[in-house]
Order: sequence, then structure tokens, then C-alpha cells
Amino acid sequence: MKQEKALLKNSQLVRRFNSFKSNKRAYISLYIFLSLFIVSLLAEVVANGKPLLIRFNAKFYFPLFKNYVETDFGGDLEFEVDYHDPYIHDHITENGWMLWPIIPYKFDTIDYALDVPAPAPPSRTHWLGTDDQGHDVLSQVIYGFRISVIFGLVLTFFSSIIGVSAGAVQGYFGGRVDLIFQRFIEMWASIPSLYLIIIITSIVRPSFGLLLIILLLFRWLSLVGVVRAEFLRVRNFEFVKAARALGVRNSVIIYRHILPNAMVATFTFLPFILNASIIALTSLDFLGLGLPPGSPSLGRLLAQGKANLQAPWLGITSFVVLSVLLSILVFIGEGVRDAFDPRRNLA
Amino acid sequence: MSLLEVRNLSVTFKTTGREVQAVKKLSFDIAESETIALVGESGAGKSATALSIMRLLPEGRAFYPSGSVRYRGQELMGISEDALREVRGNRISMIFQEPMTSLNPLHTIEKQIGETLVLHKKLSVEEVHERTAELLSLVQLQEAHTRLNAYPHQLSGGQRQRVMIAMALANEPELLIADEPTTALDVTIQAEILSLLKKLQSRFRMSLLLITHDLEVVRKMADRVAVMKSGEIVETGKIDEVFENPRHEYTKYLLSSELKEVLHEPETVGEEVIKSDNLSVAFPIYRGIFRRKRGEVRAVDRVSVTIRGGQTVGLVGESGSGKTSCGLALLRLISSTGSIKFMGEEVQGLKSSNIRPLRSQMQIIFQDPFASLNPRLTVGQIVEEGIRVHYSGESRSTRNRMIATVLNEVGLEPGYMNRYPHEFSGGERQRVCIARALILKPRFLVLDEPTSSLDMSVQTQILTLLIELQKRHNLAYLFITHDLRVVRALSHEVLVIKNGRVVEYGPVERIFKNPRHPYTKTLIKAAVDMEID
Repeated sequence: MKQEKALLKNSQLVRRFNSFKSNKRAYISLYIFLSLFIVSLLAEVVANGKPLLIRFNAKFYFPLFKNYVETDFGGDLEFEVDYHDPYIHDHITENGWMLWPIIPYKFDTIDYALDVPAPAPPSRTHWLGTDDQGHDVLSQVIYGFRISVIFGLVLTFFSSIIGVSAGAVQGYFGGRVDLIFQRFIEMWASIPSLYLIIIITSIVRPSFGLLLIILLLFRWLSLVGVVRAEFLRVRNFEFVKAARALGVRNSVIIYRHILPNAMVATFTFLPFILNASIIALTSLDFLGLGLPPGSPSLGRLLAQGKANLQAPWLGITSFVVLSVLLSILVFIGEGVRDAFDPRRNLA
Repeated sequence: MSLLEVRNLSVTFKTTGREVQAVKKLSFDIAESETIALVGESGAGKSATALSIMRLLPEGRAFYPSGSVRYRGQELMGISEDALREVRGNRISMIFQEPMTSLNPLHTIEKQIGETLVLHKKLSVEEVHERTAELLSLVQLQEAHTRLNAYPHQLSGGQRQRVMIAMALANEPELLIADEPTTALDVTIQAEILSLLKKLQSRFRMSLLLITHDLEVVRKMADRVAVMKSGEIVETGKIDEVFENPRHEYTKYLLSSELKEVLHEPETVGEEVIKSDNLSVAFPIYRGIFRRKRGEVRAVDRVSVTIRGGQTVGLVGESGSGKTSCGLALLRLISSTGSIKFMGEEVQGLKSSNIRPLRSQMQIIFQDPFASLNPRLTVGQIVEEGIRVHYSGESRSTRNRMIATVLNEVGLEPGYMNRYPHEFSGGERQRVCIARALILKPRFLVLDEPTSSLDMSVQTQILTLLIELQKRHNLAYLFITHDLRVVRALSHEVLVIKNGRVVEYGPVERIFKNPRHPYTKTLIKAAVDMEID
């Protein structure tokens, strides 16, 4: 019986997924997004300033997992190895070999061997060129993509939870609770959040966590309206009255009867909220108010492009990456919205 | 020659992966100034037939595999949209069931009636104004001249339906299609609208295609009747012949499911289950910036009623009279004043935690079985809800047994437990609602129009089930309805309520034979004879 139940529950999901799949553009976008995201999750293997594997004097070394000092490879100093250093490089390859990632630069690896002044244009060593500090652009893109998407996902997750709970409470209880909450939200929403962020970041040094919290303070508002409206609508349905007549508790009614009905609206909004979250982080980075200096970021790359107009590969790369990322998220969002639209499914 | 000839009409609806044949090879004629009624239960294809005459079904979803519709010899099937527009609203007009949604809320009624006049008659502004006023007085809208600039929300349901009729009549059509024109209206207003339609028909010598599920309306209005079942006409003929001497099984079945006889058992005097004394429900009116209370609307005004075990009290009134509020107040689902005694114990003023144990003993069944079941839970989960609250200690298997027993009792297969509400018909859904209430073994049930959204034959089945259950469990029923035929069949006592006040209260036979209050008299006359003074 349990299985049968699960099957039935799935059938609606399956139908929605099929409906999503039938939207070619959204489906392909999802594919592209997932493959890009997976590649970026493996960024350390794809783009790194350290070799993946070293064979030296008949022994294996794993620089990705362990930090070695130069003396390990016959150097003279107790410093961390710079594998791009010609001396070390030659020394190792004479007594063994090194397996490099496809892109042998991490986002913060500075290439001192550039034959042109930084920013260097695209070449065989740097496929998308370097920025004005000699960082490889492609590597920055991969790491920046990862941090943007992860930041977006985490921010979306938490802001949805807060937004849905706040909307649920307002919509279900209505009346005075709703009135007070609504006024509070209106006041809260009219705080100029950008200035607040500027003030906070000038006092405290922003980190991933702190930025998340600051943005969360203003981002949770986006779902409240939708969920509240859905609760206001559904709480007047007769099945809710019937549940009250049975003596069911409010918390159970909210969770079991109304929330599933409000989730459709929430899911529909999620890809767009994710989009907005990514934009938020990027724009803060662009303004220099975002992640601490030295972290990879699409916004900072964009700022580099603005500061170095003579090096168009910087601006063009960050523009293309951002517009592709945001576009495929919008396409996925459209697909999800159509798949969850009950009017299409019930027909 | 007939005014309208429909031959071999078929209508198919296509949705992703599915085809539904709504109308199958249908043929009928409408003669001049004749009324023909299309009768059948929901899903029989009545509305699809009516809409396809004017080709109003959604393009791209509805297809016509075969058939011809001839209007005065002119073929309407397959002609261009432009040519069709000449006919629509001009020679053939239509009125719909729901006067609430058939009018555009953003335009005044003058503008909406005038629209067809400008379109088809090319009248000037003054002429349109004059003609609109004339039409409104024709449909007997009160104070027609001052209502010209009214918006739909300023009118009542009956008034809106009059406006709809005025719109349909604006160009003096030869054929009026009325799709359940009175179903959404109260009995007295229903009677008014029907007599208005009849009057207008003879005045304009119109033909009328009346679509309805109400045999009483057919009897009153039609010359000929066509009985439809699953897209086909099973019987057609003169009204007297069909009703006196039905030939097809389905017609006989429809006629037999009309509520004629008294269904309920003679009254047994049980113990008092619920008793209210001066029960009032007031909704406050707030005004001004400080939202200070400036008055109140009394939805229920000092109602005293006693219901005993095994007894049904019918609560009758028009929409907005406070029937539902009264039921909800008795269950303490909305706040009220006055005394409510349940099993001799005062429940008014009890805290909500103290009421919860009582909830199992008093239950409610709602009108719309589609809205009263959560679409995301299975039937098993829906029925189980009550035991989860009140018998939370029971084991899984005991609970399942309880669910199976109660489903059996209301005439559903226990195997239905794992299905979702959308897989069921309206009647079956209503049985699920009854099961949900019954599983807690209540003593008192509020039935809030439990059958008014169901087909006649299903309605009779549900009512029979309710009476059986009442007999078996000695239940006390408060039966809220606007349908006096149902009340007569089911109740022992009747409470007639108007604007929240009781106008008459007494045994059912006495009230129907010898109503004392003029309002009761009007109600009964409108419901039984469909006439209005």
C-alpha cells in the first residue's frame, strides 16, 4: 500500500517533469546549467596552480591534498612549492613527471612568466587572457561561477524558508497579525538596503557568511506576498473549514492542508529568486563591497573589464558568462512555471 | 420550415493525448416561437451542443467531425467568423448560467447593453441610450432609468440576470439560447425570471432553446423536450407525452429520481441533542481612519432551535439570509452570542481547547464536494484526519479498519482509500465528505446544502443515504437548503429564516399546507408552482 501511495504521489511529479521536458528550451538549459555547475564544483581538478599528481624519485606526491615544501623536491627553502617556478619545474621533470590540470592556474595564481605586460590577451597558455594582476581569466570564471551559484542557492534556500513561514503566518491568521506584519514589511522594504550594506561593510570586513546574512535581511520579502495571498485564498476553502470542524490544530492545518497548495506558487518563483540572488552578489562585488579581496568573483571580473577597457577580453568574458548564466536560469524558470501551472495540467 | 435545423452534429474535445466525444451525431429542429428544452445530467453534452450552434467553443480545442447547423436554411457550420458574427447576438442570442461572471465588472450596464446595438444596428449615442432604457424596462428592472450607469456589482443576482436578458434581447433575436438561466438564483427569483422569459418570448415571437437539469422548469416552460445522455438524444417529443409516458429507460430513471414522496421516517422523540437560545451572529462595521466600530450587521438574529436525536430540522431561506452563519455558529466555528446547549451542556464560552473533544460529536458537511476535499490528500488520509485528532493512540491497522468500515457504510469500496479526490464524481466525493464526518460517530450533523451541486438522481441517492445513516445512528440533522422540495422530503421540522430572523418554525406538513407568514407563502408558491404574484 505504501508503494502504491508513493507511485500515485510520483505520478503528479512525473507528469510535471514530462511537461517540463516537453519544453525543449528549458530542458536544454537545465542540462547546460547542471553540466556547468558540476564542472565548477570540480574546479580544483579542472583549474589549479598545482599539479594533480607528481612522480618524483620513484615516489607519488598529491599536491592537491597535501602541501609540500621545496625541500621535498630537492629545493633549498622551507617554503611552499611554487610549481610554476622554472627551477622546481625542471628539477621535478628531470627526476619524474607532473600531471597538470587542463588549466594550470588557480584563480589566485599569478603568472610571472607572461611575455607581455598584464592584462595579457588570450593566448595558448591563457585561453581567455589574464587580468591586470596576471590571474588567468578562465580559472577566475570557473571559480567565480561556482561561488555565485552556491551563494545564490544558499540565499534562495534561506530566504524561501523565512519568506514562506512569514507569508504562511500572515495569510493564515489574517486580521490584526496580517495588518501589523504588512506595515512592518512596508517599512522594512523601504530601508535603502544598498546604503546599509555600504555602511556595514565599511565597519566589518565582509565574508561569505556575513554577506549572506545581510542580503537575507532584505531578500526574504520577495516570497511573502505570494505565499500570503495563497494562504488567504486557501484558508477559506471548505476543506480547511472541515478540518477545523474536526478539531485539527492550526499548525497541522497550515502544514498539512494549506502549505502543499501554496508550494506551487513558491516553486514557480524559485528560479527567479535564484537569479536575483546571483545578481545581488555580482553587483556588490562589482562595486567592491562584496566578497573579500582575493576571492574569485564574476562581479570583480566585470569591474576589471571596466577598469581595463584596452583589454576587451575581460569585459566580454564576464558579460558573456553572466548573460548566459542568467538567461539559462530564466529559461529554466519559465519551464518550471509552465510545468507547475495547474491550468495546463488539468486540461 | 424550421427556424434551426441541427443534423448529425458531433463535437470532440482534444486535450494533450486525449479525445473526448462530447456530442455524438445529434439532430434536432427548433420551430418558430417554440420552446424546446434540452434535459440531461451534468456531462451529457447539453452546453457543448448549445455553444456549438454559435460556434462559441474554444478554437483549437473543440472540433466538429460531422454535422450541419442550418439557420433559416443558411448553413452556419464552416462559414467565416465574420459571417458568423452577423448571426451571433443579432439573430441568435444567448444567456448564461452565472450572471456574476457573464457581465464585465468594469463597464456600466448601459455600455454593455449598448455594445451589441452599436455593433449590429449602428445606432447613434442618443438612440442607444433610449433603446437601452427601453430594454431595461422591458425586462422589468426596478428603477430602470436610474440603473443605466450602475456597475454589475451594484446589482443583485436576479437583477444581473435581467440585464443579461436585456443584452440578449437588444437586437430582437429570433432564437434565444438559455443555458441554465436560473440555476444560480434563489427560488423566488427563479420564478420571476422564468415568467419574464415566458412573457418576452410570446411578445417577440422568439424561439427558445432552454438548457436545464431541472425537470420542474421544463414542465413549466417547454413545448417539446429532448432528453440527452452522454452526448446523444435518447428521447424527444411533446412535453406531456414524454412526462406522462416516457419510453426510454433513461427518461424513466430521470423522472423517477425526482423528489416526490416523503423520504424521512416518522419522527421519534429522542433526547435533545442541540438547543440554541437567542443565538445571534453579528459582523461589526468599522468606519473612519481609526476603524472604530460604528455598527453591526446581524447575520443571525436571535434564533432559537432545538434538534433531537433522529430528527431533521430544515433551515430554509434565500441566499444571504444567514443560514450558513447559523449552522457554523451552532458548531462554534464562528463566534456568536446567546446560549448553545449540546447534550444539555452549555458550550458557548468554552475555551477552544475544551471544545476540541466535542468536535468529534458535531460535524458539518459542505455544499461543494470539490472544494471541501483537499486535492493533495488521498481519500484514506482525508477520512483518517478525524481519528488522528481524536483517537491518536490507535494503531495503523485499527485505523485502516475504521476507515474501511466507514467507507463501506457510505457505499464506497474500501479500496478507494489510496485514490485522490479528483478521480471521483461529485456524488462519490460527497460520500467521502460524509465518511469523514461519520468516522467520529457524531451525534449532530450540520448539512450545508449537501446536494445542491449534484445531479437530480445523485441527489436522491445521497439523501437516501443520509436518512439511512440517521436511522442507524440516531443522528440529529440541521439541514440547510434553499430547495424546498428537498426540505419537504427530508425534514421533520422547518425553520424559515429571512435576514437572520426566524419568520416561521414548525412541523413540515403544517408549514407546507398552511403557511402563516406571507414570506413563507411566497417561497412555497415559487418553489412548488414556479409562480410569483
